[in-house]
Amino acid sequence: MPRWAAAAGRWGWRLPALLPEITFELPDNAKQRFYEDIAPGTACALEFQVITGGHYDVDCRLEDPDGKVLYKEMKTRYDNFTFTASKNGTYRFCFCNEFSTFTHKTMYFDFQVGEDPPLFPSENRVSALTQVESVSIHEALKSVTDYQTHVRLREAQGQSRAEDLNTRVAYWSVGEAFVLLVVSIGQVFLLKSFFSDKRTTTSRVGS
Amino acid sequence: MAAERVVRLVGSSSRTVLRGGMRALLLLLWLAARGSALYFHIGETEKKCFIEEIPDETMVIGNYRTQLYDKQREEYQPATPGLGMFVEVKDPEDKVILARQYGSEGRFTFTSHTPGEHQICLHSNSTKFSLFAGGMLRVHLDIQVGEHANDYAEIAAKDKLSELQLRVRQLVEQVEQIQKEQNYQRWREERFRQTSESTNQRVLWWSILQTLILVAIGVWQMRHLKSFFEAKKLV
Repeated sequence: MPRWAAAAGRWGWRLPALLPEITFELPDNAKQRFYEDIAPGTACALEFQVITGGHYDVDCRLEDPDGKVLYKEMKTRYDNFTFTASKNGTYRFCFCNEFSTFTHKTMYFDFQVGEDPPLFPSENRVSALTQVESVSIHEALKSVTDYQTHVRLREAQGQSRAEDLNTRVAYWSVGEAFVLLVVSIGQVFLLKSFFSDKRTTTSRVGS
Repeated sequence: MAAERVVRLVGSSSRTVLRGGMRALLLLLWLAARGSALYFHIGETEKKCFIEEIPDETMVIGNYRTQLYDKQREEYQPATPGLGMFVEVKDPEDKVILARQYGSEGRFTFTSHTPGEHQICLHSNSTKFSLFAGGMLRVHLDIQVGEHANDYAEIAAKDKLSELQLRVRQLVEQVEQIQKEQNYQRWREERFRQTSESTNQRVLWWSILQTLILVAIGVWQMRHLKSFFEAKKLV
């Protein structure tokens, strides 16, 4: 931990956390690019999931600073990709919804770069107890939070489908009632019109 | 890249040895350290919205930094102080809980009072089209929710906690956040159940109503046609 970071910690400024998770809306026929400057040797993980919209699928592409494609998937619902940055520079990843003509998609992604900054910027992490709880309990709680996020995303998908079904049932009921009435009343008047015409032709023939 | 910037800043600020100078130095170092946030490009009139689905009584802190593309130097430079971003936060009931304009670099905070999807929208307040010159604005964004929003260095300094105590405090905060999320989960499941029950009711009532309509229509049709044929002396 560099000394300037320790000093910054003493002054009370928080170091940037390295786990941005963002949920955003991707309109139809659009693509959204994100960029991140990564130092070589850093272990990174990109995880994304489509929450609502259409067939819940999206195209995703991750490129390194030289434009080499590290990860590319078309029409995926969710995925997890880990890699170690080999070059220094701007890595970019892009989510494309261009194949969709009218559905907006809500997307979640979580791009972890490197390790979390240590909590206490000091060098005396010698206590065995500190090591144990700082590694295992904290990490276990982090994975609990991670699982909770997955549950929340799945539940959001389920909720959006349930609401969709609810509105569809409402519209379909009203629509079918209307069609039923129009057809049955129309049938009667059409039938009546058949008999009225026949009557006039027979009377003309008779005379 | 960040390291070079730190060296240049140290050189310029090392002249002053006053306390104020030290503060400025550390501020600049801190700003340099923040260069590693995720960034994206935004058009001049474009509005970018992000959704945070959070339980209630959760604090959210957002930090952003903007850069403008300088055509002469062909790189992104920090934006002029006149260029600001308008930040708008809406709660799950679409009520605006934060609508403020910040400068080219800013930090916004809000605490949720209802659980659900909060929408954070950013757009630039630029009215002068020439300022952008057809380019895009680069926005570095960092949103911290709940336990991540805590400033542990500040808490340690304020309450004078040892390393172990600070770690325990962090674990306690994490567990509290997990607890809040579980409560929120319970609330969401109830909402899901309400939606499903509403669909169930609608399907049930519609089936009954449809049967009644069919029977009524059938009866009306027969009676109407019978009277029609009787009038035409065909029956």
